[in-house]
Amino acid sequence: MPALLPIDSVAGVILFWLALALLGLALQNAPRLIAQLLFPLSAIGALALAATALGALGGPANVAVLPLGLPDLPFHLRLDALSSFFLLLLGAAASGISLFSAGYFRTMPGRALGLLCFQYHLFLASMALVFLADDAYLFMVAWESMALSSYFLVTTDHTLPQNRRAGFLYLLIAHVGAIGILMSFGVMQGGHGDYTFATMRGSHLSGLWASVTFLLALFGFGAKAGILPLHAWLPEAHPAAPSPVSAMMSGIMLKTAIYGILRVTFDLLSAPLWWWGTIALTLGLLTALFGVIFAAVQTDMKRLLAYSSIENIGIILVGIGLTITFHAFHMQALSALALTATLYHALNHAFMKGLLFLGAGSVLHATGERNMGKLGGLIHQMPKAALLVLVGTLAIAGLPPLNGFASEWLLLQAFLLSPTLPHPYLNMLVPVAAAALALAAALAGYVMVKFYGIIFLGQPRSEKLRSAHDAGGWEQFGLAWLALGCIALGMFPMLVIDHLAPVTQFLVGHQLHGNTAQSWLWLTPVQPERASYSPLILFSIIVIGVLFSLLVVKKFYHGRLRRGPAWDCGFPEQSARMQDTAEGFSQPIRQIFEMFFGVIRELPSPFDKHPRYRGETIDRLWNLFYVPIIKLATTLSSLIGKLQHGRIHIYLMYSFITLLALLAFVR
Amino acid sequence: MTDFSGQIINLCAALLLLVAFGMLSQRRVLSLINLFAAQGLILTISTAVVAYSSHQSHLYYSAALTLVLKVILLPWILHRLIRKLNVKWDIETLFNIPATMLIGIVLVIFAFNLAAPISQMAGTITKSTLGIAMASVLLSFLMMITRSKAVPQVIGFLAMENGLFFAATSATYGMPMVVELGIALDVLVGMFILGIFFFQIRETFDSLDLKHMEKLKED
Repeated sequence: MPALLPIDSVAGVILFWLALALLGLALQNAPRLIAQLLFPLSAIGALALAATALGALGGPANVAVLPLGLPDLPFHLRLDALSSFFLLLLGAAASGISLFSAGYFRTMPGRALGLLCFQYHLFLASMALVFLADDAYLFMVAWESMALSSYFLVTTDHTLPQNRRAGFLYLLIAHVGAIGILMSFGVMQGGHGDYTFATMRGSHLSGLWASVTFLLALFGFGAKAGILPLHAWLPEAHPAAPSPVSAMMSGIMLKTAIYGILRVTFDLLSAPLWWWGTIALTLGLLTALFGVIFAAVQTDMKRLLAYSSIENIGIILVGIGLTITFHAFHMQALSALALTATLYHALNHAFMKGLLFLGAGSVLHATGERNMGKLGGLIHQMPKAALLVLVGTLAIAGLPPLNGFASEWLLLQAFLLSPTLPHPYLNMLVPVAAAALALAAALAGYVMVKFYGIIFLGQPRSEKLRSAHDAGGWEQFGLAWLALGCIALGMFPMLVIDHLAPVTQFLVGHQLHGNTAQSWLWLTPVQPERASYSPLILFSIIVIGVLFSLLVVKKFYHGRLRRGPAWDCGFPEQSARMQDTAEGFSQPIRQIFEMFFGVIRELPSPFDKHPRYRGETIDRLWNLFYVPIIKLATTLSSLIGKLQHGRIHIYLMYSFITLLALLAFVR
Repeated sequence: MTDFSGQIINLCAALLLLVAFGMLSQRRVLSLINLFAAQGLILTISTAVVAYSSHQSHLYYSAALTLVLKVILLPWILHRLIRKLNVKWDIETLFNIPATMLIGIVLVIFAFNLAAPISQMAGTITKSTLGIAMASVLLSFLMMITRSKAVPQVIGFLAMENGLFFAATSATYGMPMVVELGIALDVLVGMFILGIFFFQIRETFDSLDLKHMEKLKED
């Protein structure tokens, strides 16, 4: 009996998920069973997938041909370092999300839950197939089923018109993107008529056609990733979707687009050009800054997280841009560093953003409120969830010793360590880009202070919050899994980098080395005298510092916990509504970056009996990019609509005249 | 002998054109069906003659098929249909008949002009009749456009198929047998479906006048 290859186990997990999907449909009458049996089983499957992928990271590439598909056009599968890494990401994040779902969906009615379970597992399976596909045909099939199943997940609560609108916008942009991807595959196969990736690797395109392919792929995958200006669906779809689905879409699905860009740029097109990198770098910076600035002014917590996802995708794209540039100039060590940082950040983001979306889901479950202006003080009612979410906010804010810091630090190292690139403009761009990235990272910290501070700290802004319950057992389990992931990824960056080495070796032909050989304690990207970082030492310093201060307080100060009213400036009638609000907290950002927003304000007059204040920030890009396209489409379709008269004679006349014209033409 | 059969084919082609014009100018549905049957008969004869003179034995089957389907079966169905629907009245045309005839003549000239280079290349005995075949296709199409009632439109559609069949016979000694059988079956099935539609349309709109169907347009 031949040994079981990793690719077989991965395919087994995919089949297992598909079986769970069907079981979900079959068990519609037993919602408890779906929630408490199928979702934990799916988490086990995800864990098995992650373990397999981890094992396959350093191993040789496996290929398989499935006897499925059209006649003479079978599905090709391939498990190499890149797909293993992304499958690891998928499995590790999905296991936490599935565990959380077991608790989150337990109150859902059976019919809806059965359908949700079906779509959820279809979504998981199609994402895994996207990573596994080795021909454009299977890739597009998996890609589209991923888009469709996630569309149905987004519109789970389809009774609300804004959710249907959000779903439509998502589906529309996803399909426009899919056309871009399809066309880029079409260019890449170079007239062979063979759509396997193996042929595409072999066809060496000329510079022009390679560039066309890259731009089409960037457009197509950018639509899925939410790169400016194709981000419009993200802040709409995430608040509409149930929280575990948001976590999955933001944490994992956006990474399929990153996977696609990496696969096309480094694997299928063998030699990237330097200016592709500049484009990706610029777009990434714009996306990151746009995302973080808009995240700062949001009042809906899930919209805030969605904009934060845009920011993180921007950071990842910056990393890709840097990798392409270094690779094109044959600076292999630096390009390996930038790629490591990119992949690392993608992995981190899956954990952090998954954790935060799930945490937001717990809050939503407990309070029924998404508007941060009506939340507050939840740390008292939900202490466990608050603690776990705190880990996520610290991580995404980029604080050491958590994982967000490690990857952003590596990326900044790649910027700062870049020696003079052989191009004057690039040399000018790189410091500016590094500064902009630092700005985005700092603003991300601001956003997270707002997110955590407004929701969990302070006083409850409404009475009903006092009866909020903490996250249930399954939910805590899922949150804790992701939080532990954040901590572990932050504490042991050397291990992570070691596991990323095969991927960078595969993509750019070089790897960060010497980390483990030199010391398992210190993370040194290039040379010890330039920069190094040890999260463990930092963590022990933090722990010792905290313990020491606790000791000092307990022993030498009074050591009692006192709760008293805050200083009230002599105005005794304080209420919870006088706390800093979400709008108030982001006021400085709104003032500074006012030119980027369209701000609508409704201010009450001094004589209003019931004063109402409303402020709304509008995405100007919507008016700039989308409205003209909508107008054009409407005009064109109304022009075409004029052809329709409802009289069959006129229709016959159309075909008659067409026939005559064609006959006269061919003559 | 070849000359003689060539003459017969040319005669048939001329008759076919004449019948096409006759259908274009005919106001009564009953006569229209008879003209359609006559067209089918002419087609049968010409196909049989082509088969005889070119020794293409499969064309005999085509001829037999045409005889059964277009001379006997379809006219019979149509007769039954108009008796049931009680639509023997005169047909309202959208344009007046002389104007339609003039347009028809222009179409015939166009068709001949179009067919001239193809006829020169073709080596078949029937090459000179391609223009007429195309003209009768176009004339039937014109008939579909100018009639306002449903039944004459369907007859126009069937007549168009006749023209196509004639074109195929005259240009390349007919299509492969499989294709011909397929088309024959399509025409038959189409006829049944359209017959059902007639009843549905009349039930919905109390008339077979297609101008009522404008109501279906979405605003």
